[in-house]
Amino acid sequence: MENDNKKLYTVTIFSENKVGLLNQITIIFTRRGMNIETLSVSPSALKGIHKFTITTYSDADTIEKVVKQIDKRVDIIKSFFNTDEDLVYQEIALYKIATDQLLQLGSVESMIRTYNIRILEMNETCVVFEKTGHYEETQGLFDELSRKVKVLQFIRSGRVAINKSKIERLSDMLAKLNEQKPEGYDEDEEYFGL
Amino acid sequence: MSEKISGSEILMKSLLAENVDTIFGYPGGSIIPVFDALYDYQDRFKYILTRHEQGATHAAQGYARAVGKPGICIVTSGPGATNAITGIGDAMMDSTPLIVIAGQVQTRMLGTDAFQEIDLVGITQPITKWSYQIRRAEDIAWAVARAFYIANSGRPGPVVLDFAKNAQIEKAEFEYKKCIFTRGYIPYPVINEKQIETAADIINEAKKPLALVGQGVILSNAEKELMDFLEKADIPAASTLLGLSAMPSDFPLNKGFLGMHGNIGPNMKTNECDVLIAIGMRFDDRVTGNLATYAKQAKVVHLDIDPSELDKNVKATAKVLGDAKQTLKLLTAATKKASHKEWIDSFKEHEQTEYKKVIQKEVFPENGPIKMGEVVNLISEATHNQAILVTDVGQNQIMAARYFKYTQTRSVITSGGLGTMGFGIPAAIGAKVGVPNRTVCLFVGDGGFQMTMQELGTIMQDCIGVKIILLNNNFLGMVRQWQELFFNKRYSSTIMKNPDFVAIAKAYGISTQCVDKREDLDAAIADMLKDDKPYLLVVNTESEGMVYPMTPAGDTVTNILIG
Repeated sequence: MENDNKKLYTVTIFSENKVGLLNQITIIFTRRGMNIETLSVSPSALKGIHKFTITTYSDADTIEKVVKQIDKRVDIIKSFFNTDEDLVYQEIALYKIATDQLLQLGSVESMIRTYNIRILEMNETCVVFEKTGHYEETQGLFDELSRKVKVLQFIRSGRVAINKSKIERLSDMLAKLNEQKPEGYDEDEEYFGL
Repeated sequence: MSEKISGSEILMKSLLAENVDTIFGYPGGSIIPVFDALYDYQDRFKYILTRHEQGATHAAQGYARAVGKPGICIVTSGPGATNAITGIGDAMMDSTPLIVIAGQVQTRMLGTDAFQEIDLVGITQPITKWSYQIRRAEDIAWAVARAFYIANSGRPGPVVLDFAKNAQIEKAEFEYKKCIFTRGYIPYPVINEKQIETAADIINEAKKPLALVGQGVILSNAEKELMDFLEKADIPAASTLLGLSAMPSDFPLNKGFLGMHGNIGPNMKTNECDVLIAIGMRFDDRVTGNLATYAKQAKVVHLDIDPSELDKNVKATAKVLGDAKQTLKLLTAATKKASHKEWIDSFKEHEQTEYKKVIQKEVFPENGPIKMGEVVNLISEATHNQAILVTDVGQNQIMAARYFKYTQTRSVITSGGLGTMGFGIPAAIGAKVGVPNRTVCLFVGDGGFQMTMQELGTIMQDCIGVKIILLNNNFLGMVRQWQELFFNKRYSSTIMKNPDFVAIAKAYGISTQCVDKREDLDAAIADMLKDDKPYLLVVNTESEGMVYPMTPAGDTVTNILIG
């Protein structure tokens, strides 16, 4: 890993919900040879606007330039970056274990309590656990399960994050952008044909 | 409800609504319906058929740079589109408003590896301001309006419209509304008065200020504002390659050309000045050399319209975000009248050194083979310094940039950022088509000439009066220069066995002449300039000439070789 002197940054991007937006964003990381650690994309609170949450290792100088270059794209509404201290963040992980192996462990109560595990499915072949938390926490459970039983399948989501500090709300941000709209100009913001 | 017309006709009407007068292009299977519509609009558009799609893009760039309007280029899908990539990339690097309309296979065939299908939007996303696929006739007017708005506003750049064939044929109603806003895109940032004040305070304190002028000044039509500012605060200035002609060559505060092959004065003074004022320029590595030793002693004031340029390469003490025409005006008002005579006079010493050690030998040689610099100087003089200079890339480009002189703005068209060999001939075509009343002089090397010499056919077909000066040294001169200096004269792949260029020009019916001797130059130039017809002047120059001064790549800006 080339992570010496680098920190994990979370990049948050609001964009129009258009074909090819993800590519426009990822190529900016590709150009500088930066690896995306996690990525999560979903509709935001406002219709037609998508939110991307990307984590990547970078130095402060580079991440600032990258975010400016993302922000420059015409269909990107706003882009910014934070370090972990500024954020409440979470990931979700699912673990599939063979039922017979789990039963052989005897009691699982202590593990379930320690890790705050939710059981999503249980049938004669497999049990599916869910754990939410930071990377270290979901990884911790994976490591413990791996020591004791065989984890048949494991999947972890990208990070979702919310800023702790006072930050402009998306709707306020949009209102500000719309202030620049010339009076009487009623361009339809929705792209056609998609 | 208005009558429904075909998508291709909607495109024609939309282009007319944007005041397009000239289109460069090349037809093909997936764009035939558009060319069919163009057939009915021949009286309203000047259409130039190039010989290759790369030529169409560079011609559109040349047009855009000379005229100040977006250049339009129509090509087909697949190879037509990929051939356009170099021009699109070049326009991105040099902030040129360029709109490329490319055919695309029918929507229902997308993703099936159909004949001449290529993912143009995917390919061009990194090298365009906006790249969009039109899939329905209803979307065409909207997409064209948005394309013009984005290509030509703020920091200009290329836009690609990937036009599916079914949308060219299908019918829709036509209603055109110009685009003047799109949320999330702020082409003209609101100017922050605090930033102007901070910048003015620094400039008012300066004892040894130096201004660096970039193409941003030309793009925002801020030439007058620039000179007002420089005169009021008495600040010497030098230009980047693309900023040349923002100030006339004889403007007293114009101290020349920056960077790797720039003038000694401004490069040396970069590391002596106390305040460096960068205006619409992006601190390209060919200007700065090693950033770690670049202007470390100076406070840097950076004016730019693009926030992503601020602090990108050089950290600025004061950043002024905005359109140069407005920011310069405000900055001039906030700046005190000053005089820096002693500082400005201190450039003279370097000018004299450069004249003695470099310019005299290059421009006024008394014997030996013909020098590139002397040819450039003679032609500049013969055109009364009023021609548009177009260059290719390499030694011809730098010699032309160094020794051509300018009296008006938008007089230099060259591939700066991408450094595209082969740019010259088509770009000169575009410039001449756009500004037919000016003389257009292209300086090109034997390498670059052969990259796009098929465009001589375009020149022949439309009798486009470009004056091509082929500086022939039978070498890829700039690479050879580096091989001489840094690779022990191992001339790997730089020696050219060239064709009979005069015979080639004759084959295209273009007047031509080849000059080997110094004493024949004046007459040949006079013959070339006697009318407004195309001309190829081949000048066989010194085969192993060197471009000096030179700061080796990545070296300190003041570490200048003078030969």
